[in-house]
Amino acid sequence: MDIIINGKELTLTSSELKQCLIEYGAKAPFSVAINGQFVPQEQHANYTLNDGDCIDVLSPIQGG
Amino acid sequence: MLPPDNITIYGEQFSSRLLIGSALYPSPATMTKAINASGADIVTVSLRRQQSAAAGDDFWQLIKNTGLKVLPNTAGCHSVKEVINLAKMCREVFATDWIKLELIGDDYNLQPDPFALLEATEILIKDGFKVLPYCTDDLVLCQRLDELGCEVLMPWGAPIGTGKGLLNSYNLKAIRERLPNSTLIVDAGLGLPSHACQALELGYDAVLLNSAIAGAGCPITMGRAFKAAVEAGRFAYNAKAMPEKDVAAPSTPTMGMPFWHQT
Repeated sequence: MDIIINGKELTLTSSELKQCLIEYGAKAPFSVAINGQFVPQEQHANYTLNDGDCIDVLSPIQGG
Repeated sequence: MLPPDNITIYGEQFSSRLLIGSALYPSPATMTKAINASGADIVTVSLRRQQSAAAGDDFWQLIKNTGLKVLPNTAGCHSVKEVINLAKMCREVFATDWIKLELIGDDYNLQPDPFALLEATEILIKDGFKVLPYCTDDLVLCQRLDELGCEVLMPWGAPIGTGKGLLNSYNLKAIRERLPNSTLIVDAGLGLPSHACQALELGYDAVLLNSAIAGAGCPITMGRAFKAAVEAGRFAYNAKAMPEKDVAAPSTPTMGMPFWHQT
């Protein structure tokens, strides 16, 4: 399965979101949106990705 | 002598009337020192795609070490959908229901979209957020935001990052007079400590700024300068300024003046 995560293509061995985040190397704290829609952390374990999904993994940065 | 007074934001008390941004500093160490020098109790942060986990973690650790209240923003959003999703992501990461709601309508001057801002504010407040909307200095917009449940309103002084100061103090005064119970914060466009002082003199409860300190030649000293300016402005507001006059009036007594009317 191929997805796009933070703008980069990634081929996954599993369709589970939680596994995808591990393969990507996401480091806490972060929050996730799939195809522009926020997915709460408590749903990560049971969320199944589809081919071509766009995943955003966001973390704290400077802000004004 | 009037006692020092705190500012209340969504039920929480703060002694500083300066909210500070965490962006654009020349180094993380300078950021930390400038924030400390400013005396701010609240610091703004944001969320972006995770690039280097280590770098992001370092920044977040520095902010946590300040011990300040964190105010996440939705900077860069251009639609209601974007802003709602980013606000929810901020709530999850920063564990706060406070959100500095930025929803840009025009990239030329980074002006907030007043119509989408109202729509997003209504949705977020219903979802339990405490919304601090970055808005234009439009009285009716501010009234509508107040009616939706915003206890805090943050009209701009000038477009973000311009350093122009209060471009329309008449509008800002009108908002202050018509919404006497709202917590009002001038957000964006300030460049000098005197701009911040002026906002507080008008009766604004606080100012929020970033570039004016981070972009200064010495951000640490400028942080200290803004701290003093905000304090001066608030003292001046509480002390109630003398009425302005069009005609000169001597301050030194004229009675007993020697040589008076001598030729």
